[in-house]
Parts: sequence; C-alpha cells; structure tokens
Amino acid sequence: MKKDEVPQDLSSLGKITKEVCYATDSDGKYVTELSSGWEVKITALDTAWGDIQKRVAAAKQQVLEGKASPLLFFMEYRLMDVAILAGYTGFWKWQVKRHLKPEVFNTLSDNKLQKYAEAFNTKVDDLKTMTVHED
Amino acid sequence: MKIDFEHRQAAHCESGVTSNLLWNASGGKITEPLAFGIGAGLFYVYVPFIKINNGPAIAFRTFPGHIFKRTCKSLDIAVVSKKFGSKEKAQIYLDECLDNGHAVGCQVGVYYLPYFPKEYRFHFNAHNLIVYGKDGDNYLVSDPIMEGTNVMDSYQLERVRFAKGALSPKGHIYYPKENKTISDDQIRQAIKGGIKKNVYNMLNIPGSFAGVSGIKNTGLKIKKWRDKLGLEKAGLYLAQMVRMQEEIGTGGGGFRYIYGAFLQQADVYLPGNHLADISSIFTKAGDMWRTAAVHAAGIYKGRIGSQDDFNTMGDYLLEIAAIEKTAFETLKQIKWQ
Repeated sequence: MKKDEVPQDLSSLGKITKEVCYATDSDGKYVTELSSGWEVKITALDTAWGDIQKRVAAAKQQVLEGKASPLLFFMEYRLMDVAILAGYTGFWKWQVKRHLKPEVFNTLSDNKLQKYAEAFNTKVDDLKTMTVHED
Repeated sequence: MKIDFEHRQAAHCESGVTSNLLWNASGGKITEPLAFGIGAGLFYVYVPFIKINNGPAIAFRTFPGHIFKRTCKSLDIAVVSKKFGSKEKAQIYLDECLDNGHAVGCQVGVYYLPYFPKEYRFHFNAHNLIVYGKDGDNYLVSDPIMEGTNVMDSYQLERVRFAKGALSPKGHIYYPKENKTISDDQIRQAIKGGIKKNVYNMLNIPGSFAGVSGIKNTGLKIKKWRDKLGLEKAGLYLAQMVRMQEEIGTGGGGFRYIYGAFLQQADVYLPGNHLADISSIFTKAGDMWRTAAVHAAGIYKGRIGSQDDFNTMGDYLLEIAAIEKTAFETLKQIKWQ
C-alpha cells in the first residue's frame, strides 16, 4: 500500500484515535501513516453488529414467549456464550444452561441473580425486565 | 509514582508493547517491525470446528504472547511472566512492580476496556497494554494502538485483567527482568532466528490449516461457502475474515505490511541478502489481501453474491498463497552473508 493511498474514512474508532498503518513512500521505503478508518472494515464491523442485533431481537422474542429466561437476552446482548458467562459468574456451565429455563430462573436467589447482574454489568431489576441502558 | 516511560503508538498491540518495553534497553533500536519479525509474528491459521463470535476462527498473526517471549529470548533478555489465581495477589504484584520502577505488560480482554468504542468491544482476550504508573486508585495505561495514554481505576483494570472466556488472561503480567544493553550483533542473530522460525511456521506445519497451505485451504473452502452456509451467513464469515485481517492492530493487509517493513529494516543490519527485495513481495501480498477484502465487502454489503463472485474470492486466496509461498521459500534459501 502506498502512503498516499492509506484510507481516511471516518470510523467510530477514528473519532477516538487514528490507527498506525505501514505503507511505502515514493522511494518504496516503509513508513508509518495514521488512518482514521477504512470503509471496507467499517462495513465489516457493521455487518457483524447487524447480526448481533438480530440475535438479540430473537432472544428477546424467545423470552417473551416463555421459551427462555432473560439470561438468554443478556447473553446475546453482551455477546457471551455459556462458557464466558460461566467464567464471569463462577457457575458451572450446566448450571448456566439450567438457569436459561424460565421456570428455574424464577426460583433463583437474589445472591445468584446478583452474580448474573454483575457479569452483565447491569442491575437485578433490569436483568429480570430485560432493560438495557446504553453504556 | 511515575516511571521513566514514553508512550509510543504502534500498529499492533503485542509488538508495540514489546518494542516499548525494550525501548530503553535497546536505545530505541527494537522498533515495532523488528519486534514483530524477530518474534516471528506473521502467520495464518484457520482452525476448523471452532467458532469465534459465531464465525470462523481465523488469525493472521502468531499465538498471543509468543512475540514478546521470542523476541526477548532471541535477544538474551530474561523475562518475568506471571499469571494469578487471585485478583488481590495480581494487584499487589502489579503495585510492587510499579514501586520497583518497572513498566509492565498486561494481557487483557477488550470487552470491558473503558476507552474502546462500544463497536470494538468483543470478548477478545489477547490484547496487550503497558501499565507505567499509579496515581491514587488510578493506573496509568499505555495502550500501543491508541494515540495517547489512558487512565483506568483499579476495578476497571482488574476486570479486564481477569476477563473470562477463550484465552482468559488470568492477570497475566510480563516484563524484561533487567535493562540490558542490546548489541547490533545480537540483533543480527535474532533477525536470522526470527526469519527461520517464521519460514517454518508458514511452510512446514503439517496439515492444511496453518501457514501457506492454510491460506490455500481457506480459498478452496470459500468457494463452497455460498452453497454450504447460504448467502447471508457466508457474507458474515467473510466480514469476520476481513476484520481479523484489517481491524485495529494489523498495520494493514493482515500484518503483511509490518513484515515488509521488518525485512527492510533487517536489510540494514544484514546487507547483501536481498531482504529489501523480498520485502516487496510481502508488500504485494498485503496489497492482494486488501484487494480481496474489497471484493469480500462487495459480498457482505450485498452488492454482489453470485457463485462466480465466491469463486473469484477463493481464487484471490489461492493466488496469495502462491505469492507467500514464493516469498518464504526465497527467505528459506538465504545463505547469510
């Protein structure tokens, strides 16, 4: 890549920091050049988030239909799988899977709910009602 | 407490941390590209059967932690590297290091990294930053991919040092044990060693998932993605590949440009070995990766998406595999002058 071809499309990262790219100058010598983003990767990231939003919406629907507990919604919202959630809460994976059932979730102690709330960076009340605050 | 440490922005977190931690000892000689090349940072791997964020597990760089370890080892620098079961002990140890005047590298997860924009926060646990001081409850943080420095309170830092999931850092902390002078001759030997290791990783790992054969194999697989996964999911897979290739920390072109810069700098230490010429092959490879990314973007944006388009995408990778094979075979055949 030539130095003057380093793309400068503004990404959400570009608003906070430019990134270092390695590119060649007119003599073919490598130099560093700052880039504020590249449209190709901005759309790649948008594509990934579009998929995540679909998953979150599908999870919410499942919870509303009583097919899953609110944990499923927050797992999708926080991009977690069972293993990651087990890691953050200290529960076993099989326990997390059990807690994904609404009837089991409804019997969980405040103590256990608090662990989930912490893992999702939310509050117990918000956890139960699938309420999210932008952060 | 504040330590004599200067923040320098880099393209990639681990080679940036390595270069910055060795800056004083090397008198600024161990630049980011040198750290990347000596650490044999260039790689390609597509691990089948594993999914990351519901997409393919593809990496363009070597395993996390290897660049720092290998670079220090090649330069004969003793390393302190520790992981912790207890969060309290991890913090006490960090504070002791800072008290003793050591700036230290920390492996962290990016999901709860407060200064990253939300769009960039995934459960990726192999990010690296340097802690170089403490002010009350706040740690002074030098993240090499950022233009400036940042501050994190003890809870924020603990959270990312003990991020969970694949490659969880477990408080991993590392730093060079002493500020030893690095000689040019050591750098020359280290460059040769790094190239040799990288040649092995790209040409000689058995199986078809890693190195040049991994790129070829991915190219063949991509041609089948449209039928096998459906257009939407195939697009998501390509988007993930492009992110691994171009996202923050690669320097562009899936680290191929950093490696090109490494070979140019290596040429100054080891003239007469045509390293600068070989560098231009990596520039070409990087350019082709980016051309392929533009094509991939056409697919995940929905502008194109026929089987022919997937065939073209696969062919790009086959062509790249052939170019990188030539480049590494040329490096392999060097009789050092």
